[in-house]
Amino acid sequence: MATILELPNRKREVIDRAVIRFCGDSGDGMQITGSQFTNTAAMFGNDLSTFPDFPAEIRAPAGTLPGVSGFQVQFSSTDVFTPGDSVDALIAMNPAALKMNVADLKTNGILIVNAESFKETDLRKAQSTSNPLEDHSLDAYRLFAVDLERLTRAALASLGLDAKSMDRCKNFFALGMCYWLYNRPLDATNRWLQDKFKNKPTLIEANRLAMLAGYSYCEATEAFQISYDIPPAKLAPGMYRNISGNTALALGFVAASQQAGIPLFLGSYPITPASDILHELSMYKDFGVITFQAEDEIAAITSAIGAAYAGCIGLTTTSGPGMALKTEALGLAVMTEMPLVICDIQRGGPSTGLPTKTEQADLLQALYGRNSEAPIPVIAPSTPGDCFWVALEATRIAIKHMIPVIILSDGYLANGAEPWRIPEVADLPEIRVHFETNPEGFQPYKRNPETLGRPWAIPGTPGLEHRIGGIEKQEGTGNVNYEPLNHENMVRMRAAKVERVADDIPPAIPVGDPDGDLLIVAWGSTYGPITAALKTQRAAGHRIGHVHLRHLNPLPKNLGEVMGRFKKVLVPEMNMGQLSMVLRAKYLVDAEGYNKIQGRPFKQSEIEEKIQELVG
Amino acid sequence: MTTAILPVYSKKDFQTDQEIRWCPGCGDYAILSAVQMVFAELGIKRENFVMISGIGCSSRFPYYMNAYGFHTIHGRAPAIATGVKIARPDLDVWVATGDGDSLSIGGNHTIHMLRRNVGIKVLMFNNKIYGLTKGQYSPTSEIGKKTKSTPFGTTDRPFNPISLAIGSEATFVARSVDVFQGHLKDTLKKAAAHKGSAYIEILQNCNIFNDGAWTDITEKEARSEHVVHLEHGKPLIFGKNRDKGIRLTGLDLDVVTLGNGITEADLLVHDEHHPRPAYAFLLAHMEHRPGFPTPIGVLRAWGDVPRYEDVINSQIQDVIAKKGKGDLAKLLRTGDTWEVRA
Repeated sequence: MATILELPNRKREVIDRAVIRFCGDSGDGMQITGSQFTNTAAMFGNDLSTFPDFPAEIRAPAGTLPGVSGFQVQFSSTDVFTPGDSVDALIAMNPAALKMNVADLKTNGILIVNAESFKETDLRKAQSTSNPLEDHSLDAYRLFAVDLERLTRAALASLGLDAKSMDRCKNFFALGMCYWLYNRPLDATNRWLQDKFKNKPTLIEANRLAMLAGYSYCEATEAFQISYDIPPAKLAPGMYRNISGNTALALGFVAASQQAGIPLFLGSYPITPASDILHELSMYKDFGVITFQAEDEIAAITSAIGAAYAGCIGLTTTSGPGMALKTEALGLAVMTEMPLVICDIQRGGPSTGLPTKTEQADLLQALYGRNSEAPIPVIAPSTPGDCFWVALEATRIAIKHMIPVIILSDGYLANGAEPWRIPEVADLPEIRVHFETNPEGFQPYKRNPETLGRPWAIPGTPGLEHRIGGIEKQEGTGNVNYEPLNHENMVRMRAAKVERVADDIPPAIPVGDPDGDLLIVAWGSTYGPITAALKTQRAAGHRIGHVHLRHLNPLPKNLGEVMGRFKKVLVPEMNMGQLSMVLRAKYLVDAEGYNKIQGRPFKQSEIEEKIQELVG
Repeated sequence: MTTAILPVYSKKDFQTDQEIRWCPGCGDYAILSAVQMVFAELGIKRENFVMISGIGCSSRFPYYMNAYGFHTIHGRAPAIATGVKIARPDLDVWVATGDGDSLSIGGNHTIHMLRRNVGIKVLMFNNKIYGLTKGQYSPTSEIGKKTKSTPFGTTDRPFNPISLAIGSEATFVARSVDVFQGHLKDTLKKAAAHKGSAYIEILQNCNIFNDGAWTDITEKEARSEHVVHLEHGKPLIFGKNRDKGIRLTGLDLDVVTLGNGITEADLLVHDEHHPRPAYAFLLAHMEHRPGFPTPIGVLRAWGDVPRYEDVINSQIQDVIAKKGKGDLAKLLRTGDTWEVRA
């Protein structure tokens, strides 16, 4: 419900949420602009969700369609689960950005464009045949064509910078305008500038002035007849920060290392969209974190296996193509029953595919993509903040059960951000490590009767010298053994070991209705749009439940029973139906897939329409 | 409590109860025996030895060594060993590998381990053939060689493993021979004493698929003409009558016969600590040249390079010294935070 406050000159409207998108050339600083706006909204107390969307090319030719980079954020005074289906305010730095994004702008939405970038050459680069600023194609929007460059240069005239350097600050002019539009203070961004350009006072000043000029421009010119207030959201009490999925994973592994009391070793090879975990963890040497940028994906995982063998938390981070390269080493980790965590930050595929776009199509690869029978527990975070907890959970399972564990995140979670309630260290789960030291009756494959895990006997321990390897093991001794029945026993043992993890995970409890017309079963980053859609559809009177699986292998023991309580089962996934295939095979349930493979997350409205189709 | 005294080991202490499954007559037996003897003499506790291997006949090695052993996957032993060594620099990490494992499928890991100077000792058994897969040519097989996969002869130019290691700026590069027990043990000891990566090519006979590949070097009659023993500080002399030598001429080498005005003083004096890898490379290349002998011994022992694992770990210690030990509660609160009150 909107309230309009009449101010002396202009209206100030209180609304409960807004979606804003910054878009421009990949060199225009749209990601920084968007994350600054996000940070300020978060500090103000809004709930929010972001969607950075950028091209794989670092700098595609300036002004062209493939070079367009965007950052969308939904911020609200109530719960937010998605970055928003459509946009209330669009900031487009050039015709290419406008062309690629304007379709998502709501009718009567605010459209700020950089008027100077609509010259004939700019239009040609964007493959536009006419000037949208003149051809009435934008009549459905509230268009503000602003000379961003001229105004920024005027604001920075006193600094003595060259034209190019001044033009680089135009994104902060636009940011300042948005701060005015949504009544936000500038201080969080000013603090960030101080920190970011510590040794470059001119850059601090230039960006500060540009932002202030954008703010003042709105104030002075009365360009906007209205501005908006979005009050803080009622989040659970606590200390908050803004967090992306990759940062949350990195922090989660530092926490896991602290909880376990052993060093974290990350072996990694740079790959989009996983590299940020490597960047982040490489900063935490004060926590004893070892990061090793390996020569390739295979060395990344095998060095982590070596480190795990020597008593570290072995971690490797990658995306689909890298995952494919690690396959054989994963088999070795299964065979030698090594505690190891593998993060696959999924992206569009196959092959190089869509490096910067999101997808969930590595599920079957994670579950089955190895030679022979090589089961591995698989877990998936559902939101950026959840990545922190999943890192701890994966490490806990790997060490407790002496087993490699795969985490399936994706590009949307990796780069998307949300406010995250910072946990107290005392509330973190315990991770108990036991290195075997007793030579009495020691056998490398003697199993813990509860978990079926084998002892972690690390080199350097007197009296426990033993040999392991990729050749089939004899149960107990771990000696090379080719006997038919031993092999069958060991294959079944490795499978049973993974199944034992099911004793160690919570049952599936549907959110929403415990039984009824429709159960949505899903995993990973589809959590946001499904949760948002569930709310509206249940409010509309449908009996719907939602099970969001964190554990994809093994599945919660009661999942079959839960699905049986609903008339229909819907499985929305950003793939061709991988989880639904698993559910159908395992439970003989008539699960219906809803599949989107566009490199973009589901919209809330898409899920809503599908629900209506099934229960309507 | 008495002070920790190193147990006195014998070769037997490094033998396992596992039945050895190399073919009878395989050169690997001699290498195993030499390694077991040397390990017993190094003054290192048995539990601190880690033997890591890839895939191939040579890579069965860890099963027969009573130490920590990890038989891994094809070509990846250097990468796994790197993880072990970074995690535990105090361990004595050895890799057993072959010409296919180290130079073909594992070539990438080999060169990167060497250029980083990780403190790992690599025993590369070179028999110039794929034995475990029953007789295909390897990256060290001589051109034209007829094998199961090349019935009309190989068309590949072979790698010289020593040249490759030197090209990767390996800090210790040596060559020995399976049947030269004394020489092999000496070479292993020198490698063990080296700080940093050590790459040891061991010429090894596969009596099933490539028998006699090294007879020029191992046969008593022939070897003095075909082998030059590299000894630090000594001139390069070879030949049945020790009448031939290697001379440095400009940027090249030539073979000369002593006498007729040519004396030992004219010969190249071996300097394994030569700072330029080009020197060792020149020696390595001799075996490709008609009339030149194959060098065995230590080609390069360049000690002045920090070990990778030490650099990594001292960087961690430096950061801790500067910033203090990380505080998790503080880390989680990094950046802008805000409080939501009840």
